[in-house]
Amino acid sequence: MAESNQSGELDAAVAASVRRFTLATTELERLEMELLLLAIFRHHGFDFRSYAPASLHRRIRRHMESARVPTISRLTELILHDPSALQRLLHDLSVNVTAMFRDPTFFAEFRNSVVPLLRTYPTVRIWHAGCSTGEEVYAMSILLEEEGIYDRCRIYATDMDSTVLDHARQGIFPLSRMKEYTSNYFLGGGKRSLSDYFTAKYDGALFAPRLAKNVLFTQHNLAMDRGFSEFNVIICRNVLIYFDRALKDHTLGLFSDSFATLGVLCLGRKESLRFTAFEHEFSAISARERIYRRNR
Amino acid sequence: MSARYDLIVMGTSTGGLHALTRLLSALPANFPLPIAIVQHRSRDSDERLAMLLSGASLIPVMEAEDKEPLRGPGVYLSPPDYHLLIEADWMALSTEEPVGYSRPSIDVLFESAAYSHGSGVIGVLLTGANQDGTRGLQRIKEHGGYVIIQNPDSAESAFMPKHAVKNLHPDRVLNLEQIPNELLARASDARSA
Repeated sequence: MAESNQSGELDAAVAASVRRFTLATTELERLEMELLLLAIFRHHGFDFRSYAPASLHRRIRRHMESARVPTISRLTELILHDPSALQRLLHDLSVNVTAMFRDPTFFAEFRNSVVPLLRTYPTVRIWHAGCSTGEEVYAMSILLEEEGIYDRCRIYATDMDSTVLDHARQGIFPLSRMKEYTSNYFLGGGKRSLSDYFTAKYDGALFAPRLAKNVLFTQHNLAMDRGFSEFNVIICRNVLIYFDRALKDHTLGLFSDSFATLGVLCLGRKESLRFTAFEHEFSAISARERIYRRNR
Repeated sequence: MSARYDLIVMGTSTGGLHALTRLLSALPANFPLPIAIVQHRSRDSDERLAMLLSGASLIPVMEAEDKEPLRGPGVYLSPPDYHLLIEADWMALSTEEPVGYSRPSIDVLFESAAYSHGSGVIGVLLTGANQDGTRGLQRIKEHGGYVIIQNPDSAESAFMPKHAVKNLHPDRVLNLEQIPNELLARASDARSA
């Protein structure tokens, strides 16, 4: 009798303690995220701890759904013990949605206001940071060729994900999207016909190899690697949106140190230097198209 | 005294322009909580939506910029062809795949708010003709937030609010004209000790 009483009290005490230490859903989820990101970093060296948290959390949840992993903690265990699980996760964490001539007015503005500057340089170095599967790199090569300056350009196209770079090197994009790209191409000031640049093969559009001739596709992680040097143009559109404010500032610092004198910075349509430490280091060439020039 | 709620997230589709115009015009200029809105729209729509709503609202209405601080009084609209997400005290944009054909997606906005603000979120779902928003409202409830759904009978397009009412337990189901007063009341709730 006394014994059962005691165990009853013990149960109550345990229950109270469990209640005391039960985290609210929100804190629990954040704790699991923190442990996962720490595990990825400590065990594999990839640092996602300064990515925009809610946005990253969403991609992790989507990955869990497709990989049928019930909890973030289970995912942590998986990536610690199974290297292929980590590869799959890394692929899903980087956003590889892109298009040729996305925001056509940006390309039109680039032709109008940036190309004339580039004509004055004997050689032009361009860094395309976060190029994903390369659609925008090929789009830029087409533009530079039509403006007659492609031959003097050297383009460094980088991404942290090596599998998308393999894709980019091939220059094959879905034929099903060519209608959309053709329309973008004209709105962006295209001077020929987009079909002049590719050969249709099965369901793919194979772009002319000369468009990649002056492009070096190479792996680079903006969150972890050092910059390069002496670029005249850095294009980084819709990449910094996945970083938190500190990492965005860090990356802008990296760019700032990688510029030749009066370098041109191109950001995505809804990104700006407002709310960053670099607001006063650049002046807008086109505020609307998010094209900036470094003041020195 | 600190406020019980941090922000309001709102989603709407078909019939949204009219509903948002009426709702926002009934809120005072000093309405303290920031309001982030996803209105489904075509990918090449321009800034006219923000201008139209600005004309009707006493609170400043703008299209959200990436990394923009989230501050009240202020109404932040998701730009076309981007998802809008809520982080700790700022907003993030994303070009990830459309969700159920929608970018911006209401679910993406709601889920991100639930993740970063937990029980400090008020979610409001208005008129619309698809299922977007239900899943996001469920997440807001799981995290202890407050959920208001427009009474489907009072909605220009009943499908979206009806789908949500069927799949979760909202705190309030209200006619459109009752929502501003409810928001004012919740905005003055204090955080319990």
